[in-house]
Amino acid sequence: MIKFSKVAVATIAALTLAACGDDSSSSNSDSEVVTLTPVEYELTFTNLTNGQPISPPAVILHDSGELWSIGEPASDALELLAESGDSTEIQTLSLVTNLAVSSGPALPGETISVTVSHTDTVDYLSFASMLGNTNDAFTGINKLDLSDLVINESVTYRTSAYDAGTEANTESAETVPGPAANGEAYNAERDDINDFVSMHAGIITNADGLSTSVLTYQQKFDNPVLSVTITRLK
Amino acid sequence: MSNKHLLTAGLLGLFSVASQAQDLTITLTNLTPGISFTPIIAAAHNSESSIFHAGTAATTELQALAEGGSTDGVNEILTQFGADIITNPALGLLGAGESTEFPLTNTDGNDYLSIAAMMLPTNDGFIGLDSWNIPTEAGTYTVLLNAYDAGTEVNDEIIGNIPNPLGITSDGATGVATEIGNANVHVHPGVVGDTDPEGGISDLDSTVHRWLNPVAKLTIVVE
Repeated sequence: MIKFSKVAVATIAALTLAACGDDSSSSNSDSEVVTLTPVEYELTFTNLTNGQPISPPAVILHDSGELWSIGEPASDALELLAESGDSTEIQTLSLVTNLAVSSGPALPGETISVTVSHTDTVDYLSFASMLGNTNDAFTGINKLDLSDLVINESVTYRTSAYDAGTEANTESAETVPGPAANGEAYNAERDDINDFVSMHAGIITNADGLSTSVLTYQQKFDNPVLSVTITRLK
Repeated sequence: MSNKHLLTAGLLGLFSVASQAQDLTITLTNLTPGISFTPIIAAAHNSESSIFHAGTAATTELQALAEGGSTDGVNEILTQFGADIITNPALGLLGAGESTEFPLTNTDGNDYLSIAAMMLPTNDGFIGLDSWNIPTEAGTYTVLLNAYDAGTEVNDEIIGNIPNPLGITSDGATGVATEIGNANVHVHPGVVGDTDPEGGISDLDSTVHRWLNPVAKLTIVVE
């Protein structure tokens, strides 16, 4: 019904144009058959890590595209997000139909929520957030199809850590932007061993033999790193 | 009582059995290469009760389980809520790679399955399943469990602070951590360990006592 309504708009417009050319009677009232179905989703995020702040999630609704693809280079927007937690370039991607951004991060053990809505149904939901005390680790949900989620229904996902592949995982004080180091955030240089997105292998830390790492046991993580519950409100 | 009444009573009886109780056969497998699980507690319970929730502080009863392997407190809480409970199905430790199978019949309203057991050797690590909605449809279901940290004890990996039925002889470590990073229940960051049995930062063995999630597999047969 929902997807159909979009097809209906296009078809009716074409018919209307044809009808005008034909000079037969037609009216805009044809467009009344188009039904918009407003949607609203509440997302609650619980940070499951011991010591990784999760950057403020920017939740986007979109009908095409995706935020990342395993084995493919990260977009510049994802690189900025994964190295600094800054989601502004993701927010302005052309694929975004609507979005909502958390006012703050989810610190370890914290639960935050974001509500995103649109005037009509949207095919997919995505978000990405940085694990702050890393070089370029992020977590998120990529191109989730919510078409089966009915109003007042909830679904919970446990999300994993990915490596953007845009910055070498030196774990050095100069390159980790989170509170464990306060180093440099975004740098356009791509100096990782591979320039593609992969699952994250985890951090080593100075407790485990990487003497140049600024990270300690406290920043270690294992999957899943975030619990995300999505409830459809409208 | 007429035959008709008897028939009605009989049908009602059948109906209530069908809608109120499910017979479950549960198999728990330890997926780790070198971690043992203390006596397991498994319970079918209602939506008002639980063993733990990630992102919230551990109860003192869960703390006792996660730090010391005792199921008593958790058992008591669940009993107060009328849960259907199984304790210690493996009759002791469930070693690395081992499985235990046990039956669990849930009564009306106890639609959620939760499980917990301490992971040895850790300070306050435990395997956990939180309020898994038991399917009403017959079938075989598989759920993978993660390692959680109760957030109640510093993960120093010093053997004197860890129950030691395994008889670990390593000693003299200075400690991996000195403070609790996240005081709510969270996904366990893992063991660091080292290869020095007479010192170093940890009394745990980095070649034996590490793991990655998932750490346990649950197979639930719903009849």
